[in-house]
Amino acid sequence: MDSVLWNVGGWTHDRNTVYELFWGGVAMKAILIMVLQRLGLGMLTLFIVSVIIFSAVELLPGDLAQEILGQSATPETVAAFRAELGLDEPAVQRYGQWLLNVVSGDFGHSLANGRAISELLASRVGNTLFLAAYAAIIAVPLSLILGILTALYRNSWFDRSVNVLTLSSISFPEFFIAYILILAFAVKIPLFPSLANIYPDTPFLDMLYRATLPVMTLVMVVVAHMMRMTRAAIINVLASPYVEMARLKGISPFRVIVKHALPNALAPIINVIALNLAYLVVGVVVVEVVFVYPGLGQLLVDSVSKRDVTVVQAVSLIFAATFILLNLVADVLAIVTNPRLLNPR
Amino acid sequence: MVMDKNNKNFQTSKPKSMMGRRAFVATTLAAGASLGLAAERSSQIQSDEPKKGGTLRVGFTQGALSDSTDPASFNNDFMFAYAYGVFNGLTEIAPSGELVPELALQWQASPDARIWTFQLRRGIQFHNGKDFVAADVVATINHHRHINSTSSAKPLVADIVRVTALDPHTVVMELGSGNADFPFIFSQYNLVIHPALGDSIDVTSMNGTGPYEAKIFDPGVRAVYQRNPNYWKPGRAHLDSVEIILVADPAARLSALITGAVDLIDRPDLKTLHLLKRHPSVRVEQTVGNKHYTLPMLSDIAPFTNNDVRMALKHSIDREEMVDKILKGCGVVGNDHPIGPTVPFFNSDLPQRSYDPDKGRFYLNRAGLKTLDVKLHMADVSWGNDSVKAGVLFSESSAKAGINLQVLREPNDGYWSNVWMKKSFCGSYSGGRPTADWAFTTTYARGVSWNESHWDHSRFNQLLVAARSELNQALRGEMYYEMQGLVRDEGSTIIPMFGNYVLAMNKHVRHTEKIASNWDLDGQRFMERWWLDA
Repeated sequence: MDSVLWNVGGWTHDRNTVYELFWGGVAMKAILIMVLQRLGLGMLTLFIVSVIIFSAVELLPGDLAQEILGQSATPETVAAFRAELGLDEPAVQRYGQWLLNVVSGDFGHSLANGRAISELLASRVGNTLFLAAYAAIIAVPLSLILGILTALYRNSWFDRSVNVLTLSSISFPEFFIAYILILAFAVKIPLFPSLANIYPDTPFLDMLYRATLPVMTLVMVVVAHMMRMTRAAIINVLASPYVEMARLKGISPFRVIVKHALPNALAPIINVIALNLAYLVVGVVVVEVVFVYPGLGQLLVDSVSKRDVTVVQAVSLIFAATFILLNLVADVLAIVTNPRLLNPR
Repeated sequence: MVMDKNNKNFQTSKPKSMMGRRAFVATTLAAGASLGLAAERSSQIQSDEPKKGGTLRVGFTQGALSDSTDPASFNNDFMFAYAYGVFNGLTEIAPSGELVPELALQWQASPDARIWTFQLRRGIQFHNGKDFVAADVVATINHHRHINSTSSAKPLVADIVRVTALDPHTVVMELGSGNADFPFIFSQYNLVIHPALGDSIDVTSMNGTGPYEAKIFDPGVRAVYQRNPNYWKPGRAHLDSVEIILVADPAARLSALITGAVDLIDRPDLKTLHLLKRHPSVRVEQTVGNKHYTLPMLSDIAPFTNNDVRMALKHSIDREEMVDKILKGCGVVGNDHPIGPTVPFFNSDLPQRSYDPDKGRFYLNRAGLKTLDVKLHMADVSWGNDSVKAGVLFSESSAKAGINLQVLREPNDGYWSNVWMKKSFCGSYSGGRPTADWAFTTTYARGVSWNESHWDHSRFNQLLVAARSELNQALRGEMYYEMQGLVRDEGSTIIPMFGNYVLAMNKHVRHTEKIASNWDLDGQRFMERWWLDA
């Protein structure tokens, strides 16, 4: 059995040697410190995000009272509305009050209908995560496999056709892909429902079935990015001397890629995967609207249009936290797979 | 007590005779004839005998996560259906447009139409078994007229000075001034009767007297209603259950109907309507409604202070073309007044104003102008997604009269606060009102908060007050006829068209021959009036 070779500092080492060097030292501690630092920075980021979002909602023309009452807003009902919800207080004071509540763990109530935000979010967070996970479980392995295969058979007809297909699907707007899928698989060949209306009481298998078309849409949208990055990263590593060494030893091309090239190419791939996972959580408003999927995106759009600032804040914080956490996980994983990243020169 | 003193002077008016029955029929017939446009419906689909049972699944356009069960806040179709499905009003607008009693049994007005006594129905229970009594009516009305009320119905009940429960089945309401159409306001979706809770009502409660009980109510997502087994109204509530799903995207709504995920959708995309009509299992229906599109000009800001300028603009808009291109034929031309053809006292004698750039130029010259530069502010919320296109059409047609009309696109956000009634010329609409007085009072009376053109016409305002308290229907009719003419010829609002309510459904959905036109979907009472044939 061939031993795994790692390229560290220009020297080629046996993997076990590297791991001993690495894990035997201060690496564990260093990672822990980094995670803590990043979490601390993350909290700061969340605070800044909340300030920006609050100011942005304030800057939008009209307030909750006017948006809810719309054409039927009269000066006195608007005034009564504002007084009831405390909207007539200065913005800084309202933000301070909100921040105090959040710090003590209370996200408060929707200004528009008085429902508790935790209740509003509960099922929607679950739905959004379900859709993202469902799409990711298909999209991530698919793009890794396609990336490896296209790197293996690069410049072949297979490579080119996979590239053309994935690049085309990422180039179309999401709603267009969604409509095409609905036309093909719901209207012409009625295999799947066009409405992905899942509710808290929907059985799990039914959820999988109803979410098929939105998941297909999302998969088509995210595969190209991850697959292209896998391919490029592997091809990049394939040019290094240690890969040549492996080839000279007579290892098969597939084995060279999977055992030797891929581990060294993982860091950028993991980062791209993390970005796409974050996108699957925060960026699916269009898919939610077209398939009538009750997720967070729709909640955010609705709340912004009504200036329901407490809900906007809660959803934005969830989105921001998703980005922060996924990036952190990606960085930790990248370091674990490639310890050199811990000591940038 | 005031009531006892006046009691013998009360003039009893049967609920139906808000307008003479014969006069009403004549008006409606004339309207139908002059328009030549009846509701578009194939006759073979009507079955006479409503069937019991089944679940009607509906795809709705309007509805939001921010929707609340507080009746003060109802402002979209999802909530209108909820209001009429779960609750009842004191009065109801019948498919014919007449006012009929609902929770009220009958009512009487004092001779000056200022003091109204409502006799309530007995033996009616809320879903939780509580008896419906006068205190519930008082509490409901007070919820909207409360000093801190945020209700959009507040202007409707603002004139009520006092509401008292005389006994458990009699409510007396005293108005600041006479209003012969007063019982009409209780057909409004906001004013459905909620059970009393102390002095007010429980705004989170979904406990009504209506045909359906809300089993699942998830704003912004869906609602599931189940028939109230003890519903008091005979011959209504045929469906076992109704499921309303919110499908805001027009293409998604359409595919949901075609794939059979829902039985009925509202507001199908007009651009593809001609294709949808060809689908073998789909039926498209239209109802001529009161919803109208308006272009208010602020009459206290130059150049709109001059009625000749306003008349020049009124003659320079091609109404036929607008109905054709903007509403895709799903509407009728307007005559620059807000009274729809199905509203009692609609004046069918007024000649229809049509596109005439020469006349436009004539009025312009009479105003002492060679050309006119105006800016028209439009947003998607003002007339729908084709608002700006409509503005461009107007700009093209008015160029022939020497008018240089520039269309400015405004953002949807804050349009009703920052553009409407602030810019001197913009786009707006009205859902229409069931009575002439209501329509005129909310938007054309002096100084009211929705007077979108700041119009102030002394003869009109005088007639409005006189007609409101006039119980003689013939005299009232004359006054409303004159007022429609005044708004048409001296008003400061261009009303080029009335939009139809358009629905698409599969072949199992049934309803009575005539459906109401005060709101979409049979006045949003489809839940208790419609049925499924299989």
